[in-house]
Amino acid sequence: MISRFNNSKLFTLLKVQYSNMLEYRAEIALWAISGIIPFFMLNIWTNNNLNESINISNVMLSRYFLCAFFVRQFSVVWVVFSFEEDSLLGKVSPYLIQPLNPFFRYFAQHLAEQITRFPFAIIIAFFFFIFNPDSIWIPKLGILFLSIISTFLSFLIQFLIQSIVACLCFWTEKASSIERLIFIPTLFLSGLLAPVVSFPEYVRSWIYLTPFPYLIDFPANLLSGNATNITGGFSMQVLWILLLFPAFKKMWSAGTKKYTAMGS
Amino acid sequence: MNLRKYLKVYLKFLHTSLASELEYKANILIDLITAILSLIGSIFLLSIFYQNNGSIGDWKFEEALIIQGIYTILNGITNTWFNPNLTEIVKHVREGTLDFVLLKPIDSQFFISLKKINPSGFLEIILGFFLLFFCIRINQINLNLGFLSLSFITIICSICILYSLWFFISTTTIWFVKTWNATEVLRSFLYIGRFPLSSFSFSLRVFFSVVIPIAFITTIPSEIFLGLSQLWKILLEVFVAMVFLVTSRKFWLFALKFYSSASS
Repeated sequence: MISRFNNSKLFTLLKVQYSNMLEYRAEIALWAISGIIPFFMLNIWTNNNLNESINISNVMLSRYFLCAFFVRQFSVVWVVFSFEEDSLLGKVSPYLIQPLNPFFRYFAQHLAEQITRFPFAIIIAFFFFIFNPDSIWIPKLGILFLSIISTFLSFLIQFLIQSIVACLCFWTEKASSIERLIFIPTLFLSGLLAPVVSFPEYVRSWIYLTPFPYLIDFPANLLSGNATNITGGFSMQVLWILLLFPAFKKMWSAGTKKYTAMGS
Repeated sequence: MNLRKYLKVYLKFLHTSLASELEYKANILIDLITAILSLIGSIFLLSIFYQNNGSIGDWKFEEALIIQGIYTILNGITNTWFNPNLTEIVKHVREGTLDFVLLKPIDSQFFISLKKINPSGFLEIILGFFLLFFCIRINQINLNLGFLSLSFITIICSICILYSLWFFISTTTIWFVKTWNATEVLRSFLYIGRFPLSSFSFSLRVFFSVVIPIAFITTIPSEIFLGLSQLWKILLEVFVAMVFLVTSRKFWLFALKFYSSASS
């Protein structure tokens, strides 16, 4: 069983990409640092006592933003940018000949990058705890396990959305600008900058039907121990994956039919 | 004579890069929607902060909108000029094309900083001005020559500081080769420029005025709009901007000494 896994394509890809990513440790460290916006937001919240109105204590709020930071670290997706570059440079053609969907390659890249990023995220969390010693807590093992799964599901949702956008590269040269457009609602509605419970009622009434709160707010609430609907959250995450996966497959098959390799 | 030559060259730059960017018309439309959504998003975030509080760090909602307006203008300038050009430095160094830039009978910093232009940033600048005019009306600021010239001076200084920050980071490419992500770190730090400096805790305030002077970039011009600014702050900003510009120039010349071209 284990040896079969060792020889599987995905594992080999993962190993290759991990050593590739390790070469660029410094870059990944910088990238991890660039994710600290939630901490600035936390500073605004607690410094102005804004959290009193939403009934979340300082400690719980700081745990929430720390978890939001973590969830964001392990659900960052950039597949559209890589794919755009590869397709513009004509690198997609050889990938298409291989008996493996090229997106597995990008998928392995992302996973490898997350493994490389892990120690840096831990270091940042360590510094966070030095500045906020009251917020130290140890999540229960079961909760930790569930939140890792939900973070992974959140990563999958974002990976699928971006892959669908990436497939647009077969039609246009600048698919990444569409990604930049989608990133705006992701940024403001996912709970990275403010927990979804603090949103005004007219937004909260519909936001739980969109995928956004399940990207960061749900896993972060779960991990930090804030109130959240566990079964509801998981089922919505799975539902969105079930909706997005066929859409991606359709886009992919339509795109590869449309694709004309470089020079033809 | 020299100035005229540079002006002529710049007009050529403008012409060529506008011509190539305007090929992607749909792209510009998407960027416009992105800019609008991003402004709506940040006003939404601001409204969450203010929904149960009258003021944050002594800034009322209407006053904080001024900061958003100035931030939007500066962000537009960043997207129009700094971002497309200064990320290009990374490419020049990696691919060895910096040699060609250095061989040209024109100042290399001028060439590298102004070669490209991204017209979709204009829309953001216009949006920012609209927001500012709206703020001038709702805050009942009376326009007079003194106010206009002071705000003009401070915004110019902000642009200089912003440019120097970007340029510093991009110049480090000469040593580290890959600094894509360093610009991401700067970008995430700049994000706090959307909020009044006084809404942060003391230590962050010190950090953002001494280490990275983001505080100067948006807060001081906004204070002028409200007529709160003291003379020493304005003079300080002018001084800081001068220091940044001069050191960024010196730093570039210093860094070039370490540039070993493509194949050596």
